[in-house]
Amino acid sequence: MVYHVITIEDTGETYKCDERISVLEGMENLGKKGIPVGCRGGGCGVCKIEIVSGNYKKRVMSRDHVSEEEEAKGMVLACRVKPLGEMTVRVLGKMKKNVCKVAEQPVEV
Amino acid sequence: MAMTGVLRPGHAIVRVLDLEESIDFYTNVMGLVETGRDKLGRVYFKCWDERDHNSFVIQQAPSAGIEAFAFKVRTKADLEKFDSDLRAYGCPTERVAAGDLLETGERVRFKIPTGHLIELYAEKKEVGNGMSNVNPEAWCAAAEKGIAPTRMDHCLLYGGDIDGNQKLFKEVLGFDLVERVKLEDGTTDLAIWLTTSIKAHDIAFVRHAEDGKLHHVSFLLDSWEKVLRAADIMSMNRVSIDIGPTRHGITRGTTIYFFDPSGNRLETFSGGYQWYPDTEPVTWTWEEVGRGIFYHDRKLNDRFLSVVT
Repeated sequence: MVYHVITIEDTGETYKCDERISVLEGMENLGKKGIPVGCRGGGCGVCKIEIVSGNYKKRVMSRDHVSEEEEAKGMVLACRVKPLGEMTVRVLGKMKKNVCKVAEQPVEV
Repeated sequence: MAMTGVLRPGHAIVRVLDLEESIDFYTNVMGLVETGRDKLGRVYFKCWDERDHNSFVIQQAPSAGIEAFAFKVRTKADLEKFDSDLRAYGCPTERVAAGDLLETGERVRFKIPTGHLIELYAEKKEVGNGMSNVNPEAWCAAAEKGIAPTRMDHCLLYGGDIDGNQKLFKEVLGFDLVERVKLEDGTTDLAIWLTTSIKAHDIAFVRHAEDGKLHHVSFLLDSWEKVLRAADIMSMNRVSIDIGPTRHGITRGTTIYFFDPSGNRLETFSGGYQWYPDTEPVTWTWEEVGRGIFYHDRKLNDRFLSVVT
């Protein structure tokens, strides 16, 4: 198994991610936090990140959340990206971006 | 109660990002039965115990989400009546020709106030459930392949004007309110569960800033044990689980929320209760919404209100 070190720039969190799984799954598997977790399937856009540095493989993701232009600039969904080397990422996803406006008072979770 | 008018959910048309991966998931993990593919590239499925040709249709698209949700009505005369009633109510309709969806008759399609497309149809080819209508067996091999739900049961949709949806579904389509969650102000509905049958819900809506969103399409299982078996199959196949196995306070179903490979949330559930037209609606207050949605955790998770496709 080949692992690569992922750094989440916002929190300074680092973890080793198996190159066969996504950057998001690698974070979750170790109980690490920093990137918001949504559907894990490229559909909901919650785990949007910007790749600051590093090489990666990616899969198709929803155009509702990542335009072709953004994708070309390294803005991707963390659930669709597998590391090919050491990576540094920055979080763009806003977990509560879609929450009903009427219900915007903090929900106790 | 004689069951007339709108009978039941008939089909969901769902957008997926990668068709081949989705066909594999719905066939081998979900255990749906593939019944056809059309020239537009749509792939058709039914649950093993359903008798009509299809109840779940996927199509490849640049984004995930729901294209349309349909209900079967009892007769062609019902279809005509609903079409004219909808138009008289002020809801424009369009006709989609028979055969546009494989083995499916003419559909009446309209947009509801939350921006979702709803369809009605009266005819779909009966292909049977793999067992005879004369002296049948109790189940067949397809009942054990993958998760193998017995039917596509209901959906939960997110959008702004759920009050407009409730009015249209009640006044034109004959649905009834079964349960609701109130917001902090005690009057505004955050969510509503509606039925057209004796099920606790045939469709549900949650108030949301963005229109046209899918929260989940739900599939019925026979028992809590089968819900646990479904969870095992999800882990064996590394399926993305949202929450569960657990129970809902609302409708009392035992449940797992999980995601298909494109991030569309699905549910497999069992149980709940039966509803009759003389049953008073159940109301959940904002303070107890956590227990209403997830009866065991007793708290909302962030994803319930914000992760949709």
